[in-house]
Amino acid sequence: MSTVPISVTVDGQRYESDVEPRQLLVHHLRDGLGRVGTPIGCDTSNCGACTVLLDGKSVKSCAVLAVQTDGRSVTTVQGLANGTWHPVQQAFHAEHGLQCGYCTPGMMLAAVDLLTENPNPTEAEIRDGLEGNLCRCTGYQNIVKAVQAAAVAMQAEGAAR
Amino acid sequence: MIPASFDYARPDSVETALAALAAGGEDAKVLAGGQSLVPLLRLRLAYPSVLVDLGGVSELRGVRDDGDALVIGAMTTHYEVMTNALVREHAGLLAEATGTVADPAVRHRGTFGGSLAHGDPAGDLPAVALAYGAQMVIAGSGGRRTVEAADFFVDYLQTAVGPDEVLVEVRVPKLGAGWGHHYEKFHRTAQAWALVGVAALVRRSNGSIAEARVGLTNMGTTPLRASAAEAALAGVDASAAAVASAADHAADGTSPSSDLHAQSDYREHLARVLTRRAVASAAGL
Repeated sequence: MSTVPISVTVDGQRYESDVEPRQLLVHHLRDGLGRVGTPIGCDTSNCGACTVLLDGKSVKSCAVLAVQTDGRSVTTVQGLANGTWHPVQQAFHAEHGLQCGYCTPGMMLAAVDLLTENPNPTEAEIRDGLEGNLCRCTGYQNIVKAVQAAAVAMQAEGAAR
Repeated sequence: MIPASFDYARPDSVETALAALAAGGEDAKVLAGGQSLVPLLRLRLAYPSVLVDLGGVSELRGVRDDGDALVIGAMTTHYEVMTNALVREHAGLLAEATGTVADPAVRHRGTFGGSLAHGDPAGDLPAVALAYGAQMVIAGSGGRRTVEAADFFVDYLQTAVGPDEVLVEVRVPKLGAGWGHHYEKFHRTAQAWALVGVAALVRRSNGSIAEARVGLTNMGTTPLRASAAEAALAGVDASAAAVASAADHAADGTSPSSDLHAQSDYREHLARVLTRRAVASAAGL
């Protein structure tokens, strides 16, 4: 079994690891680094539960090999809060943007990416932007409300700076 | 650890990538964005001996203006293609259709060249490349060769790219002023593959349709041109009735597959309806 050395920054912390080339990023995060905030949902790249940010852009971590992230930066749900909750986390809490919670980490990271790209999205743009993330509880109404609330909060935060 | 074991090479140039492919033998496989390949590895439908990851080959990324064509590096991601100013200006159909591929997270990883070289007839971009008459530049040990889109897609998941070759860039001709475009796709759910898709490019002139190009997604084992509909559209009045009449020929000569989600006759029906919509929209009707 040959391994490849990789160096990946996860949630601001740098990790040097030796991984098998076939190791999926999500397994590397969970089993290799013990960072289990990123759940495995469907294992078919459909559901988006395992979404993380790779150099700031959303990706499905079950469709990325760990070796492909060498030298790059990964943000998981565990890296969103910075002393206080991220506005997206606060909004999902305040608007009850979750039911069972399984899709929530991926949903929040997709929302962060969406709001970085488009700080003031329409409802249709939010639904389009989250199309790769499935909620089996079908709790989409409150998820959309949460993203709308987060957009308002982040714009207010930006204006206050 | 779900995929079967493989060795891994991460070349930093096309030349070293070709060398790695040659050294890997016939079971070596190119890894582009991985949005089709990694799921196939995970299902163990693919079990290459060595993966040659093009992610480190920076010369394969980006879009440049080459006068009468845009040259798009094979490793340019869907996200980069659809947000690129040159693509939006000169290849609007490509920008539009790329924006419908899968979902945002997949578009951040998946690449234009990977989508074409994978040769999935349900993919959106092969039909678009065919409608444009794009040219694919393929590198091999003997140098580079250029293959027309019409000759590139050989069969289901098979293209003109040989096992020891790499698709390096795609030349998309600029069509100039007067062309409208639309990509119309029918799928069961958000992010699902197209049951059928239609890529339309239409040039209007003095109230009539001077020329129409219609690419079909998922109407056979390769992307197809709706040649009969294109011929029927040439020169007709730019009216809804004339477009509808010509679009009735959209499935002529095709033999689409039947599967869990659509029988072949339903796909033929979709091709006619979606062609009518796509051409009408591209013609500004």
